[in-house]
Amino acid sequence: MKKGMLLFTLMILVSIAASACGGGASDTIKVGVVAELTGDIPAVGASCKNAAEMSVQEVNDAGGLDVGGKKYKIELFIEDNAGKADQSASAAQKLITQQNVVAIIGPNASRYAIPASEIAESSKVVLISPWSTNPKTTLDAKTNAPKKYVFRACFIDPFQGRVVAKFALDNLKTTKAAVLYDVASDYNKGIAEFFKKTYEENGGTVVAFETYTTGDKDFSAQLTKIKDAQPEVIFLPNYYSEVPLQIQQAHRLGIETPFLGSDSWGSAELIQLCGADCEGYYFSTHYAPDAATPQATKFIEAYKAKYGQTPDDVAALTYDAFGLFYQAIQSAGKVDRQAVRDALAVIPKYEGVTGTMQFQEGSGDPIKSAVILQIKDGKFVWFANANP
Amino acid sequence: MTYFLQQLLNAMQLGSIYALIALGYTMVYGILTMINFAHGDLFMVGAFLCFIAATFLKLPFVPTLLLSMAGVALLGVAIERVAYKPLRQAPRVSAVITALGVGLFLENFTLVFSPYPQHVPALIANRTWTIGGVSISSLQIIIILLSIALMIILDLVVRRTMVGMAMRAISWDKSIVPLMGVPLDLIISITFAIGTSLGAAAGTMYSLAFPVIDPYMGILVGWKAFISAVVGGIGNIRGAMIGGFILGGVEIMVAAFMPSTYRDFVAFGLLLILLIFRPYGILGKPRPQKV
Repeated sequence: MKKGMLLFTLMILVSIAASACGGGASDTIKVGVVAELTGDIPAVGASCKNAAEMSVQEVNDAGGLDVGGKKYKIELFIEDNAGKADQSASAAQKLITQQNVVAIIGPNASRYAIPASEIAESSKVVLISPWSTNPKTTLDAKTNAPKKYVFRACFIDPFQGRVVAKFALDNLKTTKAAVLYDVASDYNKGIAEFFKKTYEENGGTVVAFETYTTGDKDFSAQLTKIKDAQPEVIFLPNYYSEVPLQIQQAHRLGIETPFLGSDSWGSAELIQLCGADCEGYYFSTHYAPDAATPQATKFIEAYKAKYGQTPDDVAALTYDAFGLFYQAIQSAGKVDRQAVRDALAVIPKYEGVTGTMQFQEGSGDPIKSAVILQIKDGKFVWFANANP
Repeated sequence: MTYFLQQLLNAMQLGSIYALIALGYTMVYGILTMINFAHGDLFMVGAFLCFIAATFLKLPFVPTLLLSMAGVALLGVAIERVAYKPLRQAPRVSAVITALGVGLFLENFTLVFSPYPQHVPALIANRTWTIGGVSISSLQIIIILLSIALMIILDLVVRRTMVGMAMRAISWDKSIVPLMGVPLDLIISITFAIGTSLGAAAGTMYSLAFPVIDPYMGILVGWKAFISAVVGGIGNIRGAMIGGFILGGVEIMVAAFMPSTYRDFVAFGLLLILLIFRPYGILGKPRPQKV
């Protein structure tokens, strides 16, 4: 009797699993989001979640997405990675095996996107990271060949490092730079090295190249060393929660050189945490809310109306990642993981909020341009454009 | 030379914060032979209370400091009563695991309050003086002097008062001393109150020096303070102070004179070597194991 019950339960479970695997049979498209809702950069996760919910709501309010002549509603599953690499991987795993999603958007920071991308790649599910700029996200760790199922909506660090280094040399007219970066984080380390390489190749010298590890709050030893090396500009490719501490401590030590940053600065939280200390400094990022294209303006207005704040770069890129996914699934014409991947890889041109993008052949990295913003009167203001 | 002096000043600031937190670990260990791993998170709660007092109640520095110390002292005593007291007779491992659990609880409780890093307003007007090329800020002076003052007061309390004598007696022997009429529970509570309020004082000063606070800030600092306590000889109060300054000094000086990437590796390597030669820490004495 007991054995019979067990068999019966097993059969039911198998049949449930089988029907869930069909996916296409129902009238919804399941999309997963892995975001940094808690942990050390929660503002990033919040922007990602806001933009994701807004994008899905727009599609559903319009009656759904037309795929192969049939209207589908989008069903969104949002998972928190708690700002941890292992939880990023397990969140991706959960979305793929339990929720059975067609594609995953996120995680955003490279140190979480890289582990999650490994899971997506081995499970053959499309993952689009909105904000991860480290080259390793879309490259296979062993063979260094591009991953097949991992894409991103942003430019990559070699490009960004080059943009910032050229800006320091040409626009700020400096020849001696210092760098302070988090050596335990993929993003920070990658961009610091690309900056150093370009800066030195173009005639500058990096007089101090200092590191710390995630979680440090005291940078006095490194900053004293940097002050001693007398740089003309200091590059801080670090996250918005750490940059204010670094700049404030530098000011307290009497350092008066300009500071430069990268797209990790682009959260409104930066200004709140930093106050007047960050005034006048520059950073490279994905788009400028004040110099936007018509479709970007439409997005910015809608976002402001819904959440009462200007969307930062993470929000804009998440919105674009969803846009890329919609276009791919529509051109695939069916709700199928493999078909979505194949269609995404050959998208001819996508006009997004953050500019025009197109994936490089055989790779998940788009070709797109960057902008330099300046912090002025507590706002991010467009300063210059930089093309690939 | 000015470079060295500047770094020495940086080391004093960091070391005094480590020392204050290390005192909490060492006092609790001295009296209960238990490592209170929630102490780093109590330090974090202290920083958050400072944030609340300064932002919402708009209190100046001294009341903020006192409020934070009092709040965390109460919390510390409550935690001891609820979580540790029932386990006093249990194997020591149970108490340590409970302490880890309490720490996680405090982190996640604060997380519910706010996952965002918070900015603590400047309670002390920031002024920087340059003397012979060395920059000294008002904040650095206050942190170093206040920490040293608190440590001297603690040392006097432990060595010169009746409560201090009772603490030392209980750390010597927990079963006979209560028979002499020393109120065990009260003395343990007082120890927790003093130890955790010193942690809160460190949290307040830390959040003024590094004014971006988050619920996880106590983990790394807590571990480092624990290591300071071990290096100084856990259970020994003066040892914890020395250990804090040694760790702060080693961390800063390694970053100052070697590539900063090697900092933790070299700093903790040196401390390991020190423990090989002095396994009970600098001021610790081997305790005879009772069978």
